Amino acid sequence: MTAPLVLGIESSCDETGVGLVRGHELLADALASSVDEHARFGGVVPEVASRAHLQAMVPAVQRALDKAEVTLRQVDAIAVTAGPGLAGALLVGVSAAKAYALALGKPLYGVNHLAAHISVDQLEHGPLPMPSIALLVSGGHSSLLEVRSLTGDITSLGATIDDAAGEAYDKVARLLGLPFPGGPPIDAAAREGNPEAMAFPRAKYRDGTFDFSFSGLKTAVARWVEARQAAGEPVPVADVAASFQEAVADVLTRKAVRACTARGIDHLVISGGVAANSRLRALAAERCEAAGITLRVPRPGLCTDNGAMVAALGSDLVAAGVAPSAPDFPADSGLPVTEVLARVLA
Amino acid sequence: MLILAFDTATPAVTVALHDGARVVGHETTIDARRHGELLAPSIAAILAGAGAGTADLTGVAVGTGPGPYTGLRVGLVTAQVLGSTLGIRVDGICSLDILAAQARHEADGREFIVATDARRREVYWARFGPDGSRLTDPVVTLPAQVPAGYPIAGEGPRLHAELAAAGEMIGPRYPAAEALAVIGADRAARGVPPGPAEPLYLRRPDAREPGRPKRVTA
Repeated sequence: MTAPLVLGIESSCDETGVGLVRGHELLADALASSVDEHARFGGVVPEVASRAHLQAMVPAVQRALDKAEVTLRQVDAIAVTAGPGLAGALLVGVSAAKAYALALGKPLYGVNHLAAHISVDQLEHGPLPMPSIALLVSGGHSSLLEVRSLTGDITSLGATIDDAAGEAYDKVARLLGLPFPGGPPIDAAAREGNPEAMAFPRAKYRDGTFDFSFSGLKTAVARWVEARQAAGEPVPVADVAASFQEAVADVLTRKAVRACTARGIDHLVISGGVAANSRLRALAAERCEAAGITLRVPRPGLCTDNGAMVAALGSDLVAAGVAPSAPDFPADSGLPVTEVLARVLA
Repeated sequence: MLILAFDTATPAVTVALHDGARVVGHETTIDARRHGELLAPSIAAILAGAGAGTADLTGVAVGTGPGPYTGLRVGLVTAQVLGSTLGIRVDGICSLDILAAQARHEADGREFIVATDARRREVYWARFGPDGSRLTDPVVTLPAQVPAGYPIAGEGPRLHAELAAAGEMIGPRYPAAEALAVIGADRAARGVPPGPAEPLYLRRPDAREPGRPKRVTA
């Protein structure tokens, strides 16, 4: 018997993602991004993103179906990101998914975006051993999680107390005159730079928690750059980028490895947009190897927001026999990571 | 013929079903913050009440606003998905036209205005002929810029005293999908080409391009 065909819909930020999976087999992953429309504003503008989701949704579903060579009638279940994310953006995906479920008479799962980021690794590397530690880093999140079951037992070990790691990348990119989003251009600039050129601060490095802080790092970079500019000297962009990136990768990987050893867990999965960063991937590989931890990082295209990750988690929920969401579940911008399924709010 | 009609451009989440002869079910819930939660279950309930399923539908009529954006998109994406999945007609109708159909009998042969809440102390409005046909494109303005002396329908005159004072208040506060269903069924029966199921935002997104990064040192 073949596994159920699951359609996944993602619209929590600026990517309209539609994925189709069967079990853990990825059949199609269609993406429409409004990132270019946000670039001149230096960050994602929620109303611009929401408008783009409405325009992109039905065509993206069609592209995914065409690519997988299946029809909507063959879909067995639908999953959609219910939260966390931008409220207006989430609502487009949730409303679309409810309409697909209604039109097709198929079960619908409103799922957690963060759990989906973890589940997606299984499309590339097979079932995730339980328990695992997950490091989730993106423009909106920086969290360390203990995963005992992707369908119902995820606890938070720590999270950023201020900016997300990806947010720090965006802000530092802007300081250096690099484009939005900041991750790819900083990664590229850093390849030509010296990561030890400046000793930027590693906040909360030895504080005994699994929390992060990136606001002070961003300010330290700004101070350094401003001092250079005030002295009338050129800013060594490559060295600043490399030293900033080293500080981020150092603190993220140190705490992730510590979480594994502290909890006695030997599998680490890293996901989210920042997991596409080459230095984070390399340093994590090095440190996990030294600590005897098996590292799993999805390929960059699956780290950033996409529909396949939502379909992957939906597939896990179907396989686990979890009941679908109530038809009146809301888009929930503040859905906590401990809730794998959407909450029906009173 | 079985036409499903709904509008989410105002605080009303309103759904109706028309079988080509009459409205066979309708439901309206007023809740400005729960469009995404209410619409799909309401559609399912109306269909079940009429002993029908989505496969029986021959068309969708949807209000295209103007309306505050977040709720408006709920109706439009729902209509686009139902239309594309079921392979049926989707007819986009300006939400002010729905209110006009509900209010025209009270206009008593006069031209009239429909004005709805655009938030930020503004209204969306248009002027209509005595038969309910729209004479002007919908716009968003301050209440003071709405012409005085016309009967006026919708939430606008109920929120803004200057609109209530400018003309006789007529019609209901919110659009009702029963009226939309009648419009949609009539247009489908006459073979009128469907209107685009795209939102009438009438405003650009609020976003300003940033200046230089703020300095952190003095």
